Amino acid sequence: MPRKPWLGVTLVAVALVLAPIVVGASLGNAWVRVLDFAALYVMLALGLNIVVGFAGLLDLGYIAFYAVGAYLYALLASPHLGLHWPVWAVLPLGALVAGVFGVLLGAPTLRLRGDYLAIVTLGFGEIIRIFLNNLNAPINITNGPKGIARIDPITLFGHPLSKPIDFLGITFSGVMLYYYLFVVLALGIVFVGIRLQDSRIGRAWVAIREDEVAAKACGINTRNIKLLAFAMGASFGGISGGLFAGFQEFVSPESFGLLESVMVLCMVVLGGMGHIPGVILGGVLLSILPEAFRHGAAPLQHALFGKVVLDPEALRMLLFGLALIAVMLYRPAGLWPEPRHRRELAK
Amino acid sequence: MAVLLDVLNLDVRYGGINAVKGISFAVEQGEMVCLIGANGAGKTTTLKALARMLASSGEIRYGGERIDGLASHHLIHRGLALVPEGRGVFARLTVAENLAMGAYHRRDAEIDRDLERIYELLPRLRERRGQLAGTLSGGEQQMLAIGRALMGRPKLLLLDEPSMGLAPMMVQKVFEVIRKVAAEGVTILLVEQNARLALEVCQRGYVMESGRITLAATSDALAGDARVRAAYLGE
Repeated sequence: MPRKPWLGVTLVAVALVLAPIVVGASLGNAWVRVLDFAALYVMLALGLNIVVGFAGLLDLGYIAFYAVGAYLYALLASPHLGLHWPVWAVLPLGALVAGVFGVLLGAPTLRLRGDYLAIVTLGFGEIIRIFLNNLNAPINITNGPKGIARIDPITLFGHPLSKPIDFLGITFSGVMLYYYLFVVLALGIVFVGIRLQDSRIGRAWVAIREDEVAAKACGINTRNIKLLAFAMGASFGGISGGLFAGFQEFVSPESFGLLESVMVLCMVVLGGMGHIPGVILGGVLLSILPEAFRHGAAPLQHALFGKVVLDPEALRMLLFGLALIAVMLYRPAGLWPEPRHRRELAK
Repeated sequence: MAVLLDVLNLDVRYGGINAVKGISFAVEQGEMVCLIGANGAGKTTTLKALARMLASSGEIRYGGERIDGLASHHLIHRGLALVPEGRGVFARLTVAENLAMGAYHRRDAEIDRDLERIYELLPRLRERRGQLAGTLSGGEQQMLAIGRALMGRPKLLLLDEPSMGLAPMMVQKVFEVIRKVAAEGVTILLVEQNARLALEVCQRGYVMESGRITLAATSDALAGDARVRAAYLGE
């Protein structure tokens, strides 16, 4: 523990408050948008961390719950079905429905672990995406591959967050307002995650991860506790999905592909499975770095070679892949693993 | 003496393979009983079925009540504890956390006192209480697995191959601990491939061969039986 925890907390709080103002003024709103997505990905990674990090259940279809939350928001708050439910009704409902989907995925896979579970979850993720893609006939529910547009923006205290506000002489743009909402909710999810980790449920999850037979012998109802992990993780995903839909004001199936699931899993693994600060770091890094590569690659090549040698888009994925390999080689437990795990690995 | 565990026609199948073929046996209160036999005889399967980790048919009575309809996690509440094969410690939890998990189902005030008792019985665990269980030696892990089961205050302890993979010195120590636990009044059902050792510590034994119990007698009688000597004691 640091000797002055409050100093650290204050510094982090100030940095979180100032980040969009500074970034917006120096790099523009496109970068604030990147921060918005970083906050969304942190929420997703924390949700997946419950399933993968705490309970040790490898889930390759996690983005399906994000899709469920996003589409629920889109259906209940857009002209598509003519419904305009308030955000504070839709978000909890999204968490609940995603949680139910989590149990639906969990129930048939209770006996599976590792690679077998990964394959089933991968299939589940694809099923959800393909359903969203095709549920436009015979009855048009999801509007198919065209997606659902003109979704209501998230409205707080009667003010749609997509509209800027002037406050203290600073103009807070829509992306900045969304940033603050997302960060507050992400902190809420961090808090819930920490409380869960320290609870009896959290200890049961870890016991199941370490040895399921022994966990049963200790009197843990492994079936219920695993289902709870799926449901909790999924509900975090559902909330993030709802926020995503309100923020983008548009959803389509292509946002919820396998690559997205893999990306969120990478955040958890690269950051440090099961360790909340590490997972946050993983989420922030993996959502910001690829954007930095994208924007930085062309100017950097101009400066070095006087022309663009490699397509920035290709270079981005190359660097990203190399970075992942390097981290897994040199820090197999992740960038910021639980301190005691790192200590033991060093032996 | 009262019968604590009474098994009648226990039958376990894995798909088409009938691993345990309708065996019946009993363990009395305060007894130490072993189930010996070669690899693949069905010993571990029997133990797993008793701990309700596997589906089975037949009757299992424990303390006079049928437990074959219960889920595995209910058993520790009734004082039936399993020390799984291969020890099954929670590798990335500390020794102290492993022991605490053994009392997961308990909410009474005497957990700390029981922990102290286990540290007295197994002083190595006290020395290593802050260490991750995965970094312990095999013998220490076995001690930890036994200690964790004892944290549940068992009346009947099911031990699955506690000598497996341990150095001979360590095997002696583990069996010393098992003797002490039995001396405190815990009933023990021991599954072992090391027949010599099992017959030394237990009062009675059952010999299993390809899913059936083929011999049942006191340990002395089994140790003197020509077939047992030839097949399991290497004479």
